[in-house]
Amino acid sequence: MRIAEHWINGAVLIGIAALPLWALFIDEPFTITLVTRAVILALAAVGLNIVLGFGGLVSFGHAVFFGLGGYAMGILAYHAQTYTVLDLGFFTTEGTKSMPIIWLVAMGISAIAAFFIGLLCLRTSGVYFIMITLAFGQMFYYFAISWAQYGGEDGLSIYVRNGFPGLNTLVPIQFFGICFALLCLVLILKARLQRAPFGLALNALRQSEARVATMGLNPMRIKLLAFVLSGAITGLAGALFADLNRFVSPAMFSWQFSGELIVLIIIGGVGRLMGPVIGACVFVALEHFLGGLTDFWHVYLGLILLGIVLFGRGGLLGLLTGKEGAHV
Amino acid sequence: MSAILIIEQVLNGLQFGVMLFLMAAGLTLIFGVMGLINLAHGSLYMVGAFAAAAVAGATGSFLLGLVAALAAAALAGTLIEVVVIRRLYAAPHLDQVLATFALILVFSEGTRWIFGSFPLFLEIPDALSGPVTLPGGIEYPLYRLTLIGIGLAIAVGLWALIERTRIGIQIRAGENDREMIAALGVDISRLYTLIFALGAALAGLAGALVGAIQSVQVGMGEPVLILAFVVIVIGGIGSIRGAFIGALLVGLTDTLGGVFLPEVFKLFMEPGAAQKSGAAIASMGIYILMGCVLVWRPTGLFGARP
Repeated sequence: MRIAEHWINGAVLIGIAALPLWALFIDEPFTITLVTRAVILALAAVGLNIVLGFGGLVSFGHAVFFGLGGYAMGILAYHAQTYTVLDLGFFTTEGTKSMPIIWLVAMGISAIAAFFIGLLCLRTSGVYFIMITLAFGQMFYYFAISWAQYGGEDGLSIYVRNGFPGLNTLVPIQFFGICFALLCLVLILKARLQRAPFGLALNALRQSEARVATMGLNPMRIKLLAFVLSGAITGLAGALFADLNRFVSPAMFSWQFSGELIVLIIIGGVGRLMGPVIGACVFVALEHFLGGLTDFWHVYLGLILLGIVLFGRGGLLGLLTGKEGAHV
Repeated sequence: MSAILIIEQVLNGLQFGVMLFLMAAGLTLIFGVMGLINLAHGSLYMVGAFAAAAVAGATGSFLLGLVAALAAAALAGTLIEVVVIRRLYAAPHLDQVLATFALILVFSEGTRWIFGSFPLFLEIPDALSGPVTLPGGIEYPLYRLTLIGIGLAIAVGLWALIERTRIGIQIRAGENDREMIAALGVDISRLYTLIFALGAALAGLAGALVGAIQSVQVGMGEPVLILAFVVIVIGGIGSIRGAFIGALLVGLTDTLGGVFLPEVFKLFMEPGAAQKSGAAIASMGIYILMGCVLVWRPTGLFGARP
């Protein structure tokens, strides 16, 4: 059975929007939280997919940006809830509980980190790139663990979810609405970017760097821009994830999380607009249902993954549309 | 800050370094010859440690435990090479990362399934427990000294194997041109299985040896795996010599940084803050080292120039 990709994309988005509404109707708030989790993970993976799927750069350290987004939220909200001053030397603030400001800070910090990490990592390629991004993830992980001021290994708890003007974010369906709107916004942005000269150049870069360079474009600049954009989006997802759990911990920086992000993309389909979204939904569903059946559900996840890698290139979207999609 | 403390810490760093070398040697061989990035190497380390703990616990013999670790890790390595890894040699790196990530999930949860979540303990044998007095009056644990000895012996053995034997010639030839060596009548797929099993056995041995000074538990392999990656990135992927130098550098940086950086920071900061920021920076020390090496040489100290 072959189905056109845009029909699947539309159906998935409608499904994601409809499920929480249905859960609201039958009064199952936990399902709304579950879908919100899937939406936030999808957002993080959409960010990663820019470099991994379109740029062909296998970043194994995207948890860095997820964690930075999370800690940006954690630290700002921590100072606001304890009424202490955050003193950066050149700038002091009393923290904030306002989501839009937190998002901007989270994206800004992730983008800055992505710029410097990219500057160093993008000098390399292939396996070196994989290992170096992995090592950067560990560096931030250990730093977060030893940073006692903000909870160290125990992480930081935020008592009340941050606010958004005009909405009550403590109501699950309203918080879901915010996350879903952001996901749609980023997807629209990405769809446009894919057709823009920048997206085309990035796509070409994956296939042949030498040819792109011969065309007179600067590969490093394109890759760096993609890396920064990708980091900022994943950072935004990190801030939302922290708000969902009202908790940040070094686990957000863990290399397992970087691995899971890649897994999400592979399940859905590499280098496709909606691949990460479908992957995130499937992943959260597996986690919920298999995790309910057995404590050892990671064994089955591992076997499913092996099956996809060895026999099913192109992920679920590849299976449904009958097209393999981009090769990375 | 006495000379004794410094020498002790240098020895600790060496011990850590040679154990990292056992891990890194297998990883770098597998990458150099087969072009495969193997995340599941940490799982083989864990398999070795669990096999040693289980057998040593049942028989009371540490030596039998080590033999079991070598055998179990080599066997597990052979098994995954034949069933999974073999299909990945020609695949893109992303597929290799994912498939071996999946193997980690299977191994970790499978081990938890069999042995439970509680750590096992592996006793240091009586003959090797307790301290020895080194020249200069330094007391140092005999077991750790033995580890340094074993690690150095294996490094020499590995060098001899690769430089001085027929198998070594085939391995080096496989790195350069796999089609040519296959055309010369060498069974390349058996050679690959052999190399993979050798790397796995080294990882299993490291797991068993280190398991006696740390606890044996699920997930013990991954932190070591990532350190081993740092080692081979610093040394240059595919180079055994690079892995050795890189392992010692990482072992020494990590151990000495953790002890001495807080002291250095105390020179210009108040003690409490110096302790905290010193420890924080030290935990990042090896990654900073790696960053510096890469800025200087993007393919590592002994890596092939692109």
